[in-house]
Amino acid sequence: MTEMQSSDPGPRTPDPKLDASCGVPLLALFGGAALWLVVGSVLAMIASIKFHAPDFLADCPWLTYGRVQPAADNALLYGFCIPAALGVMLWILARLSQAPLCLPFMSVAAANLWHLGVFVGLVGILIGDSTGFAWLEFPRGGSVLLFAAFLLIAISAAATVGARRERELYPSHWFLLAALLWFPWIYATGNLFLVGWPLRGVVQAAIDSWFANNLLFVWLGLVGLGVAFYFMPKLAGRPLHSRYLALFAFWTFILFGTWCGIPQGAPLPVWMPTLSAMATSLLLVPLLVVGIVGWRTVWGSVKSKWDNGPFCFIGSGMDCFLLSGLMLVAMACPHISRETEFTWFGPAQTQLELYGFFAMTMFGAIYHLLPRAVGFEWPFPKLTRVHFWIALLGVLLLVVPLAIGGVVQGLKWANPNIAAVDVSAATLPFLRMSTTGLLLLLVGNLLFALNIFGLTLVWKLALLRKAMSVLKTPLATSEVIP
Amino acid sequence: MKNGTAIFLAVFVALGASWGGFVLAPEWQLGGAKQTTVLNSSELYPLGRPGEAYQGLQVYRANGCAACHTEQIRQSGVACEVVLTSAGKNPSAVSNLISTLKLNGLAKEDADAASDKITAAGGKTEIHIVASGPDIARGWGTRQSVAEDYLYDYPVQLGGLRVGPDLSNVGVREPDLNWQLVHLYAPSSVVKGSTMPPFRFLFEVHKIGKAPSPDALVFPKGSGPPAAYEIVPKPEGRELAAYLLSLHANVPLYSAPFTP
Repeated sequence: MTEMQSSDPGPRTPDPKLDASCGVPLLALFGGAALWLVVGSVLAMIASIKFHAPDFLADCPWLTYGRVQPAADNALLYGFCIPAALGVMLWILARLSQAPLCLPFMSVAAANLWHLGVFVGLVGILIGDSTGFAWLEFPRGGSVLLFAAFLLIAISAAATVGARRERELYPSHWFLLAALLWFPWIYATGNLFLVGWPLRGVVQAAIDSWFANNLLFVWLGLVGLGVAFYFMPKLAGRPLHSRYLALFAFWTFILFGTWCGIPQGAPLPVWMPTLSAMATSLLLVPLLVVGIVGWRTVWGSVKSKWDNGPFCFIGSGMDCFLLSGLMLVAMACPHISRETEFTWFGPAQTQLELYGFFAMTMFGAIYHLLPRAVGFEWPFPKLTRVHFWIALLGVLLLVVPLAIGGVVQGLKWANPNIAAVDVSAATLPFLRMSTTGLLLLLVGNLLFALNIFGLTLVWKLALLRKAMSVLKTPLATSEVIP
Repeated sequence: MKNGTAIFLAVFVALGASWGGFVLAPEWQLGGAKQTTVLNSSELYPLGRPGEAYQGLQVYRANGCAACHTEQIRQSGVACEVVLTSAGKNPSAVSNLISTLKLNGLAKEDADAASDKITAAGGKTEIHIVASGPDIARGWGTRQSVAEDYLYDYPVQLGGLRVGPDLSNVGVREPDLNWQLVHLYAPSSVVKGSTMPPFRFLFEVHKIGKAPSPDALVFPKGSGPPAAYEIVPKPEGRELAAYLLSLHANVPLYSAPFTP
């Protein structure tokens, strides 16, 4: 086990061939992800403006609130979070294997297939073809493409792990491989039992809650923690605090986390919400352990400073993970859930999880690894720090008002003497405040996209230049037919 | 990794246990559910929604109404209530007795005891079962929602956020078709201060021909289209309104009893 405490989980001498093998797949995955990130932000802005003026774009059925809002959420989750996760995962697995990415062309094809699936799905939601199940709104055409694309990437990732030269598995392996196994399982379950051959009645709601929790909390958690446990030691220049604590966190996280998410007041047999609440309270164990591992790994390290861009992103991402986990635990307590259920507190937790934790972790990882994979520096390196502060402020301005507004809303709904319109009116100031958060996130996302697209352009121009120089090179005399 | 296979299996089981718990088990328990009967009656429940209302559920789904509205009522408890139906021959004795007794929020035994005392004094009583909780106090329903309520719906639209009111019983609260249609066309014309976006795209504006359309919306004074024009629902609009009118989960069931 001693070699596992080595400070750098990656290869001691980075192999240029290894990084280069990831270049094209990562550009394909991250390019589309950056595009959907901006699209999702714009859609979220449109949805939010409707709380300032209900009449805004009201005559366009495509952009009615009930379509734009799920489209924005799906663009963020399926458009950005998952392809970004897959790209980062491929690079980390190749690095940990100390071997080039296997089947890179399959990953490129899969990336394009994935983004096509997101396009089909988003258009489907906007034209009214949504399935009507939360976080599973993409109609059949879109979800089939996503599923196929995921399998192709998973094959490429598994082959890379199989071909590894370093036999011992690093803790990140556990998290990432479990995620590779879990997504097809839950996504197939959701789509088969809710869309393909739907089960009857309220079982649909149970499965949808199970799916949403396992994708948003467990899957994103597995990938985000796997990535953080790889990058925190690397960026802090220290070994991971304890391999055993990390594995303990892994087991408790999948044992308890997978059972969360059944709403407390749902019209289901009582044993389900009760069991779910128990599991959620046990989540405190992995949350505590993750906190200890992260803190002991980076605390006091010389390199963990605020001018280290990727470190800031991943560090604040971990903080948001712990905070959103605590919000989830709070929402499962019967006394608290009575007030917070059906309020904006839930979306606040989800946005903190999706954006504060996951997207931030991915930004940090991508800012670190993409220049290495492509072989060029970022075209606008200074924007990464600007992006960090804008994104952090944006997350705060989005999540804090929603969470407070949710509590206010819950207390007001609980008082039958307050009229429904007055309850809605009381939440409006908070919702309007969160619009500024969304605006900041939009600006931050544009900066990120600018860097990604700029880097892609630089890479393409270099490719073109190389091709031209090959064409222009005079033929060697030996090749000229006498 | 010497024990690779064992670890893979362990991860498989750890993750998959929740699949057994929250996918397979509810399907075993509820998947075979059949119509039930209304409590103390032979009426079947639920009846499937009529065709137009079922189409309306698809309009509800397509436009994401569940982003802002739930269709689930919670209750915090059920209790018995003793109701005096007749004071009998000696009303003053009964009323004196009643003033000393607690008559609502009782457990079954206490309600029986109170009822016995009143009967002994010559009064007649009934014991009612009453569900309570903020949702019910608000008038959103008479009992909590239960699995039976959703038996024939696809997709089940429970919703998770109450930007606006719960709709489980909106067909009971607002049984008027014209009200529902006007509310969809211009929410704030019938609900002052409503923040709901208007759904004008479910309607058509017509110039009134020789005779006004029988389907045209009747607006409250001060709102509605300019003179010589009328608003007529498109098929989707009519279907959505039919669905909303079909929302009434208000019969007592074995799993959610109350005295109607």
